[in-house]
Amino acid sequence: MSEPGFRAAPGAAPKQRMLAAQAGMEFRLLLRNGEQVGLTLVIPLLLLVFFNLPLLYSLADLGVQRRIDFVVPSILALAVMSASFTGLAIGTGFERKYGVLKRLGGTALPRSVLIAGKTVAVLLVEIVQVALIALAGAALAWHPHGDPVVVLLLVILGTAAFGTLGLLLAGTMRAEITLAAANLIWLVLLLGGGVAIPLAKFPRAVADVLQFLPSAALADGLRGVLTFSAGVPWRDLLTLLVWAGVAMPAAARWFRWQ
Amino acid sequence: MPPVAAVEIVDLVKAYGEHRAVDGLSLRLERGCVLALLGPNGAGKTTTIEICEGFRRLDSGTVRVLGLDPVRDAARLKPRVGVMLQDGVGGYTAARAVELLRLFAAYAAQPLDPDQLLEAVGLAAASNTPVKRLSGGQQQRLSLALALVARPELVFLDEPTAGMDPQSRRATWQLIRRLKQDGVSIVLTTHFLDEAEELADSVVVVDAGRVVAQGTPAELTRTGAEGQIRFRARSGLRLDLLRAALPDGADVVEQDAGHYLVLGEVDPQLLATVTAWCAGQGVLAEDLAVERRSLEDVFLELTGRELRT
Ligand SMILES: Nc1ncnc2c1ncn2[C@@H]1O[C@H](COP(=O)(O)OP(=O)(O)OP(=O)(O)O)[C@@H](O)[C@H]1O
Ligand SMILES: [Mg+2]
Repeated sequence: MSEPGFRAAPGAAPKQRMLAAQAGMEFRLLLRNGEQVGLTLVIPLLLLVFFNLPLLYSLADLGVQRRIDFVVPSILALAVMSASFTGLAIGTGFERKYGVLKRLGGTALPRSVLIAGKTVAVLLVEIVQVALIALAGAALAWHPHGDPVVVLLLVILGTAAFGTLGLLLAGTMRAEITLAAANLIWLVLLLGGGVAIPLAKFPRAVADVLQFLPSAALADGLRGVLTFSAGVPWRDLLTLLVWAGVAMPAAARWFRWQ
Repeated sequence: MPPVAAVEIVDLVKAYGEHRAVDGLSLRLERGCVLALLGPNGAGKTTTIEICEGFRRLDSGTVRVLGLDPVRDAARLKPRVGVMLQDGVGGYTAARAVELLRLFAAYAAQPLDPDQLLEAVGLAAASNTPVKRLSGGQQQRLSLALALVARPELVFLDEPTAGMDPQSRRATWQLIRRLKQDGVSIVLTTHFLDEAEELADSVVVVDAGRVVAQGTPAELTRTGAEGQIRFRARSGLRLDLLRAALPDGADVVEQDAGHYLVLGEVDPQLLATVTAWCAGQGVLAEDLAVERRSLEDVFLELTGRELRT
C-alpha cells in the first residue's frame, strides 16, 4: 500500500469545479431520497391523472375546452413548488440539524457556491419533472400552446421565489417544524393557493387577495400562456419577483448555518 | 519578526450565559508541531478549537490562526485548514464514503487522491458504503480523511481516535506522525493520555476553561516526583512506621484500600527499604511495580480524581 504524501498544498478549487461537484452531489442525493422522489415526481404525476378526472369541479365556465390543457400547467406549478419550496426546505432543514451545513462551512466551499449548487440541483429536478409531466400530458392528449420562453421565465422566477422562501424557513426554524410547515403549506397552497382549484371558484374578494400568493401567480401565469396562449403575464412575473426580492434578503439576514 | 505561529491564542474567554466555558486561555503552536489539548469533559477543548475554526465567536481575547483572524479572514483561511469535528462526520449521510471524499476533494486545488486516502485510513473495503451505515470507528476514520483530503497546512482534530479499536488507533497515530513528518501543524484533543504522550510535542492541560499545566510530555511527567513504587497488600498497614523507615523526601500513601503508592527518587535503596519493611511486618507485597510517573498521574493530580458533575 502506498501512503499518500501529506505535504501541504492548500488552495481552493475554481468555483465552477466546486459548483459542478456540489450540484451533482445534491442532485444524486435528491434522486436517491425516496421521500423527495415521491414529493417531486410521483405525487405530481398522480395528481395530474386525478385532477384530469371531471370530479371536483367543472372548467367549462372558465372557457376551458379541454381539461388536460388546464391541468398540465397547474401540475407544472405544483411541481416547481414541490421541488423548490417543500423539497428544498425539508432537505436543507435536516442538513442544518445534522451538522452538514456546519461541516461544509469548514471547507473551502463558499456559501454562495453551496446555495448555487442547491439551486442547480433543484433546476435539474425540475427538468426531470417537466419531462415526465409533458410525457404524461402527451399520453392524455395534451396540446401545449404559447411561448416557451415565457414558460421558462415563469419557472425560473417561481423557483427563485419558492426557493428563497424554502431556505428562509429551513434556516430559521427547527428541522421538525420545517418538515411539518413545508408539507402543510404545500397542501394549503395546492388547494387554496390557486394551483389545483382555480381562483375563479373562490368568492371574488378572497380571490383578489389570493392572486398575489406565489403559487397563484405561478399557476395563473403558466395557465395563461400554456392554456390560453396569452401574452407575457407581467403581473404574475412581478408578483414572483417581489416574493423573491423580499425573501432573499430575509434569508441572507436570518439564515442560521448551525 | 518572529515566524507566524500556526495557532496563537491569548487570554481567550467564551461564556455561555453565565458560565465561562473558556476562561482566559492562552497557548501557542509553532509550525510543524503537534499540540495536544487534554482535559476532563466540559473543560472547554471543543469550544476553543471551534473558535479557532471560525464556527463560534469569542467574547474577548485574541485568536490568530496562521496569522489570520478565523472569522474575518475565513475565506482565506478555510482552504488552508483541515477540520475534524467531535460530533460525527457531518457530511451528507446518504452519500457513499468515497463520494463524500471526492466531493471534498473537488473543493481543493490540489487534493490528495481520494481512493488512496481511503486506503490509508483503512476504508478501502467500505468505500461504497453509505456514510450512515459506517460503524462509529469507520465514521471517525472517514472524518479524518475528510480533514486531510484538501492537503491543509494545519489540522484541528477533535478527539480523532474516539470510538476506534486499538488497531485503528495505532494506525491513526501512525498517520498523524506521517502528517507531522510532512510538515503539517496539528492541534488535537484527546482523553487518552498515552495518545498525548505518543504524539504531542506540547501538551496543554485545561480544566474549567483555564490552562492548568503545559509543556512537553517529558516536562510534565518530570515535575514533582521522579518515579513511584506501587504495591498491593492487606489494607491498613501502619504507614507512619513505613514513612519513618523511608529516606528523606520519599512518602507513601494508601490510595485505595490495600493499594499503596511510594513516591520519591526511585533507586535500589528505596526499593530495598520498602520490601525489607514489608518483610519485617510479615506482609506480602503483591504486584509490586516500579513506575515512571505517567501523564495520567499528572492529569489526575491536576484535575482531581473525583467525577465532575
Ligand atoms: N453551545 C453551547 N451552549 C451552552 N453551553 C455550551 C455550549 N457548548 C459548550 N457548552 C458548555 O461549555 C463547556 C465546555 O464545553 P466543551 O464542549 O468545550 O468541552 P470539552 O472540553 O470539549 O469536553 P469533552 O471532553 O466532553 O468533549 C461545557 O460545560 C459545556 O456544557
Ligand atoms: Mg469536546
